[in-house]
Amino acid sequence: MKDFLLVFRTDYNTMPKPASPEQMQANTKRWMDWIGGIAAQNKLTDRGNRLVPTGKVVKADNVIADGPYTEIKECIVGYSIVKADSIEIATELAKGCPILTIGGNVEVREISIIEA
Amino acid sequence: MSLYFYEGIYAMEQTTLIPHLFRTEYRKIVSVLCKLFGIEHIEIAEDIVSDTFLVASELWGLKGLPDNPTAWLYHVAKNKTRDYLRRDSLFAQHVSKEISYTTTASEEIEIDLSVKNIHDSQLAMMFVVCHPCNPAEARIGLALNLLCGFGIDEIANAFLTNKHAIYKRLQRAKEKLRAEKIKVEQPTLSEIDERLSTVLMVLYLLFNEGYYSSSQDITLREDICLEAMRLTFLLVENEQTNTPFVNALLSLMCFHASRFDARHNQQGEIILYQDQDTDLWNKELIAKGEYFLNQASQGTRISKYHLEAGIAYWHTIKSDTKEKWENILQLYNQLLLIEYSPIAALNRTYALAKANGKKEAIIEAEKIALTENHLYHSLLGDLYTDIDNAKAISHLQDALELANSTADKLLISNKILACKQHPNS
Repeated sequence: MKDFLLVFRTDYNTMPKPASPEQMQANTKRWMDWIGGIAAQNKLTDRGNRLVPTGKVVKADNVIADGPYTEIKECIVGYSIVKADSIEIATELAKGCPILTIGGNVEVREISIIEA
Repeated sequence: MSLYFYEGIYAMEQTTLIPHLFRTEYRKIVSVLCKLFGIEHIEIAEDIVSDTFLVASELWGLKGLPDNPTAWLYHVAKNKTRDYLRRDSLFAQHVSKEISYTTTASEEIEIDLSVKNIHDSQLAMMFVVCHPCNPAEARIGLALNLLCGFGIDEIANAFLTNKHAIYKRLQRAKEKLRAEKIKVEQPTLSEIDERLSTVLMVLYLLFNEGYYSSSQDITLREDICLEAMRLTFLLVENEQTNTPFVNALLSLMCFHASRFDARHNQQGEIILYQDQDTDLWNKELIAKGEYFLNQASQGTRISKYHLEAGIAYWHTIKSDTKEKWENILQLYNQLLLIEYSPIAALNRTYALAKANGKKEAIIEAEKIALTENHLYHSLLGDLYTDIDNAKAISHLQDALELANSTADKLLISNKILACKQHPNS
Protein backbone atom coordinates (compact mmCIF):
# COMPACT_ATOMS: atom_id res chain seq x y z
CA MET A 1 0.00 0.00 0.00
CA LYS A 2 1.17 3.50 -0.83
CA ASP A 3 -0.01 6.77 0.65
CA PHE A 4 -1.68 9.37 -1.51
CA LEU A 5 -2.35 12.99 -0.66
CA LEU A 6 -5.78 14.24 -1.65
CA VAL A 7 -5.76 18.01 -2.07
CA PHE A 8 -9.16 19.67 -2.09
CA ARG A 9 -9.39 22.90 -4.05
CA THR A 10 -12.20 25.29 -4.73
CA ASP A 11 -12.92 28.93 -5.41
CA TYR A 12 -13.86 30.61 -2.15
CA ASN A 13 -15.72 33.35 -4.01
CA THR A 14 -18.13 31.03 -5.77
CA MET A 15 -18.38 28.50 -2.93
CA PRO A 16 -21.98 28.44 -1.66
CA LYS A 17 -22.21 29.66 1.93
CA PRO A 18 -24.38 27.51 4.17
CA ALA A 19 -27.55 29.48 4.85
CA SER A 20 -28.72 27.59 7.94
CA PRO A 21 -27.47 25.31 10.69
CA GLU A 22 -29.33 22.47 8.97
CA GLN A 23 -27.40 23.09 5.76
CA MET A 24 -24.15 23.18 7.70
CA GLN A 25 -25.05 19.92 9.37
CA ALA A 26 -25.95 18.36 6.04
CA ASN A 27 -22.60 19.54 4.70
CA THR A 28 -20.72 17.96 7.62
CA LYS A 29 -22.69 14.76 7.11
CA ARG A 30 -21.66 14.56 3.44
CA TRP A 31 -17.98 14.89 4.37
CA MET A 32 -18.21 12.45 7.29
CA ASP A 33 -20.11 9.86 5.24
CA TRP A 34 -17.50 10.11 2.50
CA ILE A 35 -14.41 9.92 4.74
CA GLY A 36 -16.12 7.28 6.92
CA GLY A 37 -16.67 5.21 3.78
CA ILE A 38 -12.94 5.36 3.01
CA ALA A 39 -12.10 4.45 6.61
CA ALA A 40 -14.55 1.51 6.41
CA GLN A 41 -12.44 0.16 3.54
CA ASN A 42 -9.38 0.52 5.81
CA LYS A 43 -7.90 2.93 3.27
CA LEU A 44 -7.57 6.05 5.40
CA THR A 45 -4.11 7.02 6.65
CA ASP A 46 -4.92 10.48 7.99
CA ARG A 47 -8.27 12.22 7.85
CA GLY A 48 -6.29 15.47 7.38
CA ASN A 49 -7.69 18.93 8.02
CA ARG A 50 -9.51 21.89 6.61
CA LEU A 51 -7.60 25.13 6.08
CA VAL A 52 -8.59 28.65 7.16
CA PRO A 53 -9.27 30.83 4.08
CA THR A 54 -6.74 33.52 4.94
CA GLY A 55 -2.97 33.04 4.77
CA LYS A 56 0.37 34.51 3.78
CA VAL A 57 2.70 33.77 0.90
CA VAL A 58 6.40 34.28 1.51
CA LYS A 59 8.52 35.06 -1.55
CA ALA A 60 12.16 35.90 -2.10
CA ASP A 61 13.58 39.17 -0.75
CA ASN A 62 11.16 39.26 2.17
CA VAL A 63 8.18 39.85 -0.04
CA ILE A 64 5.13 38.71 1.88
CA ALA A 65 1.70 38.66 0.28
CA ASP A 66 -1.68 38.09 1.86
CA GLY A 67 -3.97 35.29 0.78
CA PRO A 68 -6.52 34.39 -0.52
CA TYR A 69 -4.55 34.77 -3.64
CA THR A 70 -5.70 37.22 -6.19
CA GLU A 71 -3.73 35.71 -9.05
CA ILE A 72 -5.27 32.23 -8.76
CA LYS A 73 -8.95 31.51 -8.43
CA GLU A 74 -8.75 28.15 -6.72
CA CYS A 75 -7.39 27.73 -3.21
CA ILE A 76 -6.49 24.69 -1.21
CA VAL A 77 -9.28 24.26 1.33
CA GLY A 78 -8.17 20.99 2.89
CA TYR A 79 -6.40 17.67 2.53
CA SER A 80 -6.58 14.01 3.54
CA ILE A 81 -4.18 11.09 3.15
CA VAL A 82 -5.47 7.77 1.85
CA LYS A 83 -3.72 4.46 1.22
CA ALA A 84 -4.12 2.41 -1.91
CA ASP A 85 -2.19 -0.02 -4.10
CA SER A 86 -2.25 2.27 -7.12
CA ILE A 87 -3.06 5.82 -8.13
CA GLU A 88 -6.07 4.45 -10.02
CA ILE A 89 -7.57 3.09 -6.80
CA ALA A 90 -6.75 6.31 -4.93
CA THR A 91 -8.43 8.28 -7.72
CA GLU A 92 -11.48 6.05 -7.39
CA LEU A 93 -11.66 6.96 -3.68
CA ALA A 94 -11.54 10.67 -4.54
CA LYS A 95 -14.57 10.41 -6.83
CA GLY A 96 -17.08 10.65 -3.99
CA CYS A 97 -15.54 13.77 -2.44
CA PRO A 98 -18.21 16.37 -1.58
CA ILE A 99 -15.95 19.18 -2.86
CA LEU A 100 -16.93 18.03 -6.38
CA THR A 101 -20.56 18.96 -5.74
CA ILE A 102 -19.67 22.62 -5.06
CA GLY A 103 -17.50 23.22 -8.12
CA GLY A 104 -14.20 22.15 -6.57
CA ASN A 105 -11.70 19.45 -7.49
CA VAL A 106 -9.43 16.88 -5.90
CA GLU A 107 -5.79 16.47 -6.84
CA VAL A 108 -4.41 12.99 -6.13
CA ARG A 109 -0.65 12.74 -5.54
CA GLU A 110 1.43 9.80 -4.45
CA ILE A 111 3.54 10.55 -1.41
CA SER A 112 7.21 9.77 -1.85
CA ILE A 113 8.60 8.85 1.56
CA ILE A 114 11.94 10.40 2.39
CA GLU A 115 14.11 7.61 3.78
CA ALA A 116 15.74 8.68 7.00
CA MET B 1 -24.41 4.91 42.66
CA SER B 2 -23.16 1.42 43.21
CA LEU B 3 -23.11 -1.88 41.44
CA TYR B 4 -23.41 -5.13 43.28
CA PHE B 5 -22.22 -8.20 41.46
CA TYR B 6 -23.00 -11.37 43.34
CA GLU B 7 -20.72 -10.62 46.29
CA GLY B 8 -23.40 -11.55 48.78
CA ILE B 9 -23.43 -15.00 50.24
CA TYR B 10 -26.90 -16.38 50.56
CA ALA B 11 -28.04 -19.54 52.23
CA MET B 12 -26.24 -21.73 49.79
CA GLU B 13 -25.84 -25.43 49.87
CA GLN B 14 -22.34 -26.44 50.75
CA THR B 15 -21.79 -28.00 47.33
CA THR B 16 -22.40 -24.69 45.60
CA LEU B 17 -20.92 -22.53 48.34
CA ILE B 18 -17.33 -23.68 47.88
CA PRO B 19 -17.22 -23.08 44.10
CA HIS B 20 -18.88 -19.73 44.76
CA LEU B 21 -16.35 -18.76 47.42
CA PHE B 22 -13.56 -20.00 45.19
CA ARG B 23 -14.76 -17.59 42.54
CA THR B 24 -15.05 -14.59 44.88
CA GLU B 25 -12.35 -15.17 47.52
CA TYR B 26 -9.50 -17.01 45.75
CA ARG B 27 -8.58 -13.95 43.72
CA LYS B 28 -8.75 -11.67 46.76
CA ILE B 29 -6.39 -13.69 48.92
CA VAL B 30 -4.02 -14.35 46.00
CA SER B 31 -3.90 -10.60 45.27
CA VAL B 32 -3.14 -9.74 48.88
CA LEU B 33 -0.39 -12.39 49.10
CA CYS B 34 1.13 -11.33 45.77
CA LYS B 35 1.24 -7.75 46.95
CA LEU B 36 2.95 -8.99 50.11
CA PHE B 37 5.42 -11.40 48.48
CA GLY B 38 5.91 -9.86 45.06
CA ILE B 39 4.81 -11.40 41.76
CA GLU B 40 7.97 -13.61 41.67
CA HIS B 41 6.33 -15.76 44.31
CA ILE B 42 2.90 -15.99 42.73
CA GLU B 43 3.14 -19.80 42.70
CA ILE B 44 3.53 -19.88 46.50
CA ALA B 45 0.59 -17.51 46.90
CA GLU B 46 -1.59 -19.68 44.67
CA ASP B 47 -0.48 -22.86 46.48
CA ILE B 48 -1.35 -21.41 49.88
CA VAL B 49 -4.82 -20.36 48.73
CA SER B 50 -5.52 -23.63 46.88
CA ASP B 51 -4.46 -25.49 50.01
CA THR B 52 -6.83 -23.39 52.09
CA PHE B 53 -9.75 -24.33 49.86
CA LEU B 54 -8.74 -27.98 49.93
CA VAL B 55 -8.88 -27.96 53.74
CA ALA B 56 -12.24 -26.17 53.61
CA SER B 57 -13.81 -28.74 51.31
CA GLU B 58 -12.58 -31.62 53.49
CA LEU B 59 -13.44 -30.11 56.85
CA TRP B 60 -16.75 -28.47 55.97
CA GLY B 61 -17.98 -31.76 54.56
CA LEU B 62 -17.23 -33.50 57.86
CA LYS B 63 -18.08 -30.84 60.42
CA GLY B 64 -20.56 -28.67 58.61
CA LEU B 65 -20.18 -25.04 57.62
CA PRO B 66 -18.46 -22.55 59.93
CA ASP B 67 -20.50 -19.53 61.05
CA ASN B 68 -18.66 -17.21 58.74
CA PRO B 69 -17.09 -19.18 55.87
CA THR B 70 -15.25 -16.20 54.38
CA ALA B 71 -13.68 -15.23 57.71
CA TRP B 72 -12.75 -18.88 58.21
CA LEU B 73 -10.97 -18.93 54.83
CA TYR B 74 -9.07 -15.73 55.66
CA HIS B 75 -8.07 -17.08 59.04
CA VAL B 76 -6.77 -20.37 57.62
CA ALA B 77 -4.99 -18.61 54.75
CA LYS B 78 -3.25 -16.32 57.24
CA ASN B 79 -2.10 -19.27 59.35
CA LYS B 80 -0.90 -21.17 56.31
CA THR B 81 1.08 -18.15 55.19
CA ARG B 82 2.71 -17.76 58.60
CA ASP B 83 3.50 -21.48 58.70
CA TYR B 84 5.01 -21.27 55.29
CA LEU B 85 7.18 -18.32 56.23
CA ARG B 86 8.36 -20.10 59.36
CA ARG B 87 9.08 -23.34 57.57
CA ASP B 88 10.81 -22.06 54.51
CA SER B 89 13.58 -20.01 56.04
CA LEU B 90 15.17 -19.13 52.72
CA PHE B 91 11.96 -17.72 51.36
CA ALA B 92 11.27 -16.03 54.68
CA GLN B 93 14.68 -14.37 54.71
CA HIS B 94 14.19 -13.09 51.23
CA VAL B 95 10.59 -12.04 51.50
CA SER B 96 10.51 -11.01 55.13
CA LYS B 97 13.39 -8.64 54.53
CA GLU B 98 11.45 -6.93 51.78
CA ILE B 99 8.25 -6.90 53.75
CA SER B 100 9.92 -5.43 56.82
CA TYR B 101 10.69 -2.31 54.82
CA THR B 102 7.08 -1.77 53.99
CA THR B 103 5.35 -2.85 57.16
CA THR B 104 5.83 -1.69 60.72
CA ALA B 105 8.71 -3.40 62.49
CA SER B 106 6.99 -6.18 64.30
CA GLU B 107 8.12 -9.74 64.71
CA GLU B 108 5.05 -11.21 63.08
CA ILE B 109 4.32 -10.43 59.47
CA GLU B 110 0.96 -8.76 59.08
CA ILE B 111 -1.29 -10.47 56.56
CA ASP B 112 -3.83 -7.77 55.99
CA LEU B 113 -7.12 -9.14 54.68
CA SER B 114 -9.10 -6.01 55.44
CA VAL B 115 -11.62 -4.76 52.89
CA LYS B 116 -9.37 -1.85 52.05
CA ASN B 117 -6.22 -3.88 51.50
CA ILE B 118 -8.09 -6.49 49.45
CA HIS B 119 -9.40 -3.66 47.32
CA ASP B 120 -5.97 -2.04 46.90
CA SER B 121 -4.33 -5.40 46.18
CA GLN B 122 -6.86 -6.29 43.50
CA LEU B 123 -6.39 -2.93 41.86
CA ALA B 124 -2.61 -3.38 41.95
CA MET B 125 -2.96 -6.88 40.50
CA MET B 126 -5.04 -5.51 37.62
CA PHE B 127 -2.11 -3.40 36.52
CA VAL B 128 0.23 -6.42 36.79
CA VAL B 129 -2.03 -8.80 34.89
CA CYS B 130 -2.67 -6.25 32.14
CA HIS B 131 1.02 -5.42 31.74
CA PRO B 132 1.94 -5.21 28.05
CA CYS B 133 4.88 -7.64 28.46
CA ASN B 134 2.39 -10.42 27.65
CA PRO B 135 0.38 -10.73 24.41
CA ALA B 136 -3.28 -9.70 24.57
CA GLU B 137 -4.64 -13.25 24.58
CA ALA B 138 -2.42 -14.22 27.51
CA ARG B 139 -3.50 -11.11 29.41
CA ILE B 140 -7.17 -12.03 29.02
CA GLY B 141 -6.41 -15.54 30.26
CA LEU B 142 -4.51 -14.17 33.24
CA ALA B 143 -7.32 -11.75 34.02
CA LEU B 144 -9.88 -14.56 34.00
CA ASN B 145 -7.67 -16.69 36.22
CA LEU B 146 -6.17 -14.24 38.70
CA LEU B 147 -8.68 -11.37 38.73
CA CYS B 148 -11.93 -13.26 38.18
CA GLY B 149 -11.16 -16.59 39.87
CA PHE B 150 -12.01 -18.74 36.84
CA GLY B 151 -10.55 -22.23 36.72
CA ILE B 152 -8.64 -23.72 33.79
CA ASP B 153 -11.76 -25.65 32.70
CA GLU B 154 -13.90 -22.54 32.46
CA ILE B 155 -11.24 -20.55 30.62
CA ALA B 156 -10.75 -23.38 28.13
CA ASN B 157 -14.52 -23.47 27.59
CA ALA B 158 -14.71 -19.72 27.02
CA PHE B 159 -11.82 -19.74 24.53
CA LEU B 160 -13.11 -22.96 22.89
CA THR B 161 -9.76 -24.63 23.34
CA ASN B 162 -8.38 -27.45 25.47
CA LYS B 163 -7.29 -27.31 29.09
CA HIS B 164 -3.70 -28.14 28.29
CA ALA B 165 -3.33 -25.17 25.95
CA ILE B 166 -4.79 -22.80 28.54
CA TYR B 167 -2.60 -24.22 31.30
CA LYS B 168 0.49 -23.70 29.20
CA ARG B 169 -0.58 -20.21 28.19
CA LEU B 170 -1.13 -19.18 31.82
CA GLN B 171 2.17 -20.72 32.98
CA ARG B 172 4.07 -18.92 30.26
CA ALA B 173 2.36 -15.61 31.08
CA LYS B 174 3.07 -15.93 34.82
CA GLU B 175 6.67 -16.83 34.05
CA LYS B 176 6.93 -13.66 31.98
CA LEU B 177 5.59 -11.52 34.83
CA ARG B 178 8.14 -13.14 37.15
CA ALA B 179 11.01 -12.63 34.72
CA GLU B 180 10.08 -9.00 34.16
CA LYS B 181 9.77 -8.49 37.93
CA ILE B 182 6.57 -6.48 37.53
CA LYS B 183 5.84 -4.77 40.84
CA VAL B 184 2.48 -5.38 42.51
CA GLU B 185 1.62 -1.82 43.40
CA GLN B 186 -0.77 0.79 42.25
CA PRO B 187 1.01 2.91 39.65
CA THR B 188 1.79 6.51 40.48
CA LEU B 189 -0.40 9.29 39.15
CA SER B 190 2.00 9.96 36.29
CA GLU B 191 2.05 6.27 35.31
CA ILE B 192 -1.70 5.83 35.49
CA ASP B 193 -2.45 7.61 32.26
CA GLU B 194 -0.15 5.37 30.27
CA ARG B 195 -0.83 2.07 32.02
CA LEU B 196 -4.55 2.55 32.45
CA SER B 197 -5.05 2.33 28.70
CA THR B 198 -3.61 -1.20 28.63
CA VAL B 199 -5.87 -2.18 31.56
CA LEU B 200 -8.92 -0.78 29.77
CA MET B 201 -8.01 -2.65 26.61
CA VAL B 202 -7.89 -5.96 28.51
CA LEU B 203 -11.20 -5.25 30.28
CA TYR B 204 -12.77 -4.34 26.94
CA LEU B 205 -11.52 -7.56 25.34
CA LEU B 206 -12.57 -9.55 28.39
CA PHE B 207 -16.11 -8.21 28.11
CA ASN B 208 -16.18 -8.92 24.36
CA GLU B 209 -14.91 -12.43 24.98
CA GLY B 210 -17.99 -13.04 27.08
CA TYR B 211 -20.40 -11.12 24.87
CA TYR B 212 -19.38 -12.48 21.47
CA SER B 213 -17.81 -15.85 22.34
CA SER B 214 -19.21 -18.78 20.41
CA SER B 215 -19.11 -20.93 23.53
CA GLN B 216 -22.46 -22.65 24.15
CA ASP B 217 -22.33 -21.97 27.87
CA ILE B 218 -24.42 -18.80 28.17
CA THR B 219 -24.14 -18.57 31.97
CA LEU B 220 -20.36 -18.71 31.74
CA ARG B 221 -20.32 -16.04 29.06
CA GLU B 222 -22.51 -13.70 31.11
CA ASP B 223 -20.32 -14.34 34.15
CA ILE B 224 -17.31 -13.20 32.13
CA CYS B 225 -19.13 -10.00 31.16
CA LEU B 226 -20.17 -9.34 34.76
CA GLU B 227 -16.59 -9.92 35.90
CA ALA B 228 -15.30 -7.41 33.34
CA MET B 229 -17.88 -4.94 34.69
CA ARG B 230 -16.92 -5.62 38.30
CA LEU B 231 -13.25 -4.93 37.53
CA THR B 232 -14.08 -1.76 35.61
CA PHE B 233 -16.21 -0.68 38.53
CA LEU B 234 -13.19 -1.16 40.84
CA LEU B 235 -11.42 1.46 38.72
CA VAL B 236 -14.42 3.82 38.95
CA GLU B 237 -14.46 3.47 42.74
CA ASN B 238 -10.83 4.51 43.04
CA GLU B 239 -10.34 8.26 42.90
CA GLN B 240 -7.13 8.10 40.89
CA THR B 241 -8.41 5.73 38.25
CA ASN B 242 -11.91 7.18 37.99
CA THR B 243 -11.25 8.82 34.60
CA PRO B 244 -13.67 9.69 31.78
CA PHE B 245 -12.29 6.80 29.66
CA VAL B 246 -13.02 4.29 32.46
CA ASN B 247 -16.56 5.64 32.84
CA ALA B 248 -17.08 5.47 29.09
CA LEU B 249 -16.04 1.80 29.08
CA LEU B 250 -18.31 0.95 32.00
CA SER B 251 -21.18 2.79 30.33
CA LEU B 252 -20.64 0.77 27.17
CA MET B 253 -20.66 -2.47 29.17
CA CYS B 254 -23.88 -1.53 31.01
CA PHE B 255 -25.69 -0.75 27.75
CA HIS B 256 -24.62 -4.05 26.18
CA ALA B 257 -25.37 -6.05 29.31
CA SER B 258 -28.88 -4.56 29.41
CA ARG B 259 -29.77 -6.88 26.51
CA PHE B 260 -28.53 -10.12 28.08
CA ASP B 261 -32.00 -11.55 28.63
CA ALA B 262 -33.26 -10.50 25.20
CA ARG B 263 -30.36 -11.94 23.17
CA HIS B 264 -31.25 -15.61 23.50
CA ASN B 265 -34.36 -17.71 23.47
CA GLN B 266 -34.84 -20.61 25.86
CA GLN B 267 -33.04 -22.97 23.48
CA GLY B 268 -29.99 -20.71 23.62
CA GLU B 269 -30.44 -19.54 20.04
CA ILE B 270 -29.36 -16.00 19.17
CA ILE B 271 -32.12 -13.41 18.76
CA LEU B 272 -30.98 -10.52 16.59
CA TYR B 273 -31.26 -6.96 17.82
CA GLN B 274 -34.17 -6.03 15.55
CA ASP B 275 -36.14 -9.12 16.61
CA GLN B 276 -35.63 -8.75 20.37
CA ASP B 277 -38.46 -8.31 22.86
CA THR B 278 -37.59 -4.83 24.09
CA ASP B 279 -39.51 -5.42 27.32
CA LEU B 280 -36.70 -7.78 28.26
CA TRP B 281 -34.09 -5.00 28.08
CA ASN B 282 -32.87 -4.23 31.58
CA LYS B 283 -33.94 -0.67 32.39
CA GLU B 284 -31.78 -0.48 35.50
CA LEU B 285 -28.61 -1.24 33.54
CA ILE B 286 -29.62 1.23 30.83
CA ALA B 287 -30.01 3.92 33.53
CA LYS B 288 -26.58 3.02 34.91
CA GLY B 289 -25.11 3.21 31.43
CA GLU B 290 -26.54 6.70 31.06
CA TYR B 291 -25.13 7.71 34.43
CA PHE B 292 -21.61 6.55 33.56
CA LEU B 293 -21.85 8.10 30.09
CA ASN B 294 -22.59 11.45 31.74
CA GLN B 295 -19.59 10.96 34.02
CA ALA B 296 -17.51 10.11 30.95
CA SER B 297 -18.40 13.33 29.17
CA GLN B 298 -16.46 15.47 31.62
CA GLY B 299 -13.07 15.23 29.97
CA THR B 300 -11.78 16.98 26.88
CA ARG B 301 -10.50 13.91 25.08
CA ILE B 302 -12.68 11.39 23.32
CA SER B 303 -11.83 7.69 23.21
CA LYS B 304 -13.17 4.80 21.21
CA TYR B 305 -14.98 3.78 24.39
CA HIS B 306 -16.89 7.08 24.32
CA LEU B 307 -17.93 6.51 20.73
CA GLU B 308 -18.87 2.89 21.31
CA ALA B 309 -20.82 3.87 24.42
CA GLY B 310 -22.61 6.49 22.33
CA ILE B 311 -23.48 3.86 19.72
CA ALA B 312 -24.65 1.48 22.45
CA TYR B 313 -26.74 4.29 23.99
CA TRP B 314 -28.61 4.83 20.72
CA HIS B 315 -29.25 1.10 20.54
CA THR B 316 -31.15 1.32 23.82
CA ILE B 317 -33.66 3.65 22.16
CA LYS B 318 -36.50 1.40 21.09
CA SER B 319 -38.11 3.37 18.27
CA ASP B 320 -36.55 2.88 14.85
CA THR B 321 -36.21 6.54 13.85
CA LYS B 322 -34.06 8.20 11.20
CA GLU B 323 -32.49 10.32 13.95
CA LYS B 324 -31.37 7.22 15.81
CA TRP B 325 -29.64 5.66 12.80
CA GLU B 326 -28.17 8.96 11.65
CA ASN B 327 -26.53 9.36 15.06
CA ILE B 328 -25.29 5.78 15.03
CA LEU B 329 -23.87 6.27 11.52
CA GLN B 330 -21.97 9.42 12.50
CA LEU B 331 -20.57 7.75 15.64
CA TYR B 332 -19.37 4.83 13.52
CA ASN B 333 -17.79 7.28 11.06
CA GLN B 334 -15.86 8.84 13.94
CA LEU B 335 -14.96 5.47 15.42
CA LEU B 336 -13.49 4.32 12.12
CA LEU B 337 -11.41 7.49 11.93
CA ILE B 338 -9.87 6.58 15.31
CA GLU B 339 -9.44 2.87 14.67
CA TYR B 340 -10.39 0.57 11.84
CA SER B 341 -11.93 -2.79 12.58
CA PRO B 342 -13.87 -5.09 10.22
CA ILE B 343 -16.83 -5.28 12.64
CA ALA B 344 -17.05 -1.46 12.88
CA ALA B 345 -16.88 -1.23 9.07
CA LEU B 346 -19.75 -3.73 8.72
CA ASN B 347 -21.89 -2.13 11.42
CA ARG B 348 -21.28 1.29 9.92
CA THR B 349 -22.61 0.02 6.60
CA TYR B 350 -25.71 -1.39 8.31
CA ALA B 351 -26.32 2.04 9.92
CA LEU B 352 -25.73 3.65 6.51
CA ALA B 353 -28.51 1.51 5.05
CA LYS B 354 -30.84 2.58 7.86
CA ALA B 355 -29.94 6.27 7.58
CA ASN B 356 -29.29 6.76 3.85
CA GLY B 357 -31.07 3.83 2.26
CA LYS B 358 -30.13 0.35 1.07
CA LYS B 359 -29.03 1.31 -2.44
CA GLU B 360 -26.24 3.57 -1.20
CA ALA B 361 -25.29 1.01 1.44
CA ILE B 362 -24.95 -1.79 -1.15
CA ILE B 363 -22.45 0.27 -3.14
CA GLU B 364 -20.47 1.04 0.03
CA ALA B 365 -20.70 -2.54 1.28
CA GLU B 366 -19.25 -3.95 -1.92
CA LYS B 367 -16.27 -1.61 -1.60
CA ILE B 368 -15.49 -3.04 1.85
CA ALA B 369 -14.89 -6.44 0.20
CA LEU B 370 -14.39 -8.51 3.36
CA THR B 371 -15.15 -11.56 1.27
CA GLU B 372 -13.73 -14.07 3.77
CA ASN B 373 -16.00 -12.84 6.59
CA HIS B 374 -19.40 -14.50 7.04
CA LEU B 375 -20.81 -11.32 8.57
CA TYR B 376 -19.93 -9.46 5.38
CA HIS B 377 -22.01 -11.84 3.29
CA SER B 378 -24.80 -11.81 5.88
CA LEU B 379 -24.90 -8.03 5.64
CA LEU B 380 -25.04 -8.06 1.84
CA GLY B 381 -27.69 -10.76 2.07
CA ASP B 382 -29.77 -8.45 4.27
CA LEU B 383 -29.20 -5.43 2.04
CA TYR B 384 -30.15 -7.28 -1.15
CA THR B 385 -33.24 -8.83 0.43
CA ASP B 386 -36.35 -7.32 -1.28
CA ILE B 387 -34.09 -5.61 -3.82
CA ASP B 388 -32.56 -8.60 -5.58
CA ASN B 389 -33.42 -11.79 -3.74
CA ALA B 390 -31.33 -14.00 -6.04
CA LYS B 391 -28.24 -12.02 -5.04
CA ALA B 392 -29.38 -12.04 -1.43
CA ILE B 393 -29.59 -15.83 -1.43
CA SER B 394 -26.20 -16.18 -3.11
CA HIS B 395 -24.57 -14.01 -0.40
CA LEU B 396 -26.39 -15.82 2.39
CA GLN B 397 -25.15 -19.14 1.01
CA ASP B 398 -21.59 -17.81 1.07
CA ALA B 399 -22.20 -16.69 4.65
CA LEU B 400 -23.49 -20.14 5.58
CA GLU B 401 -20.34 -21.75 4.22
CA LEU B 402 -18.05 -19.37 6.11
CA ALA B 403 -19.90 -19.36 9.45
CA ASN B 404 -18.43 -21.47 12.25
CA SER B 405 -20.95 -21.65 15.06
CA THR B 406 -24.16 -23.66 14.89
CA ALA B 407 -26.08 -20.64 16.19
CA ASP B 408 -24.86 -18.51 13.27
CA LYS B 409 -25.56 -21.27 10.75
CA LEU B 410 -29.13 -21.64 12.00
CA LEU B 411 -29.71 -17.91 11.78
CA ILE B 412 -28.44 -17.74 8.20
CA SER B 413 -30.41 -20.82 7.11
CA ASN B 414 -33.60 -19.19 8.38
CA LYS B 415 -32.83 -16.06 6.37
CA ILE B 416 -32.27 -18.12 3.21
CA LEU B 417 -35.63 -19.83 3.75
CA ALA B 418 -37.37 -16.48 4.18
CA CYS B 419 -35.77 -15.19 0.97
CA LYS B 420 -36.76 -18.28 -1.01
CA GLN B 421 -40.38 -17.78 -0.02
CA HIS B 422 -40.40 -14.43 -1.83
CA PRO B 423 -38.40 -15.13 -4.99
CA ASN B 424 -40.06 -12.49 -7.13
CA SER B 425 -39.33 -9.35 -5.18
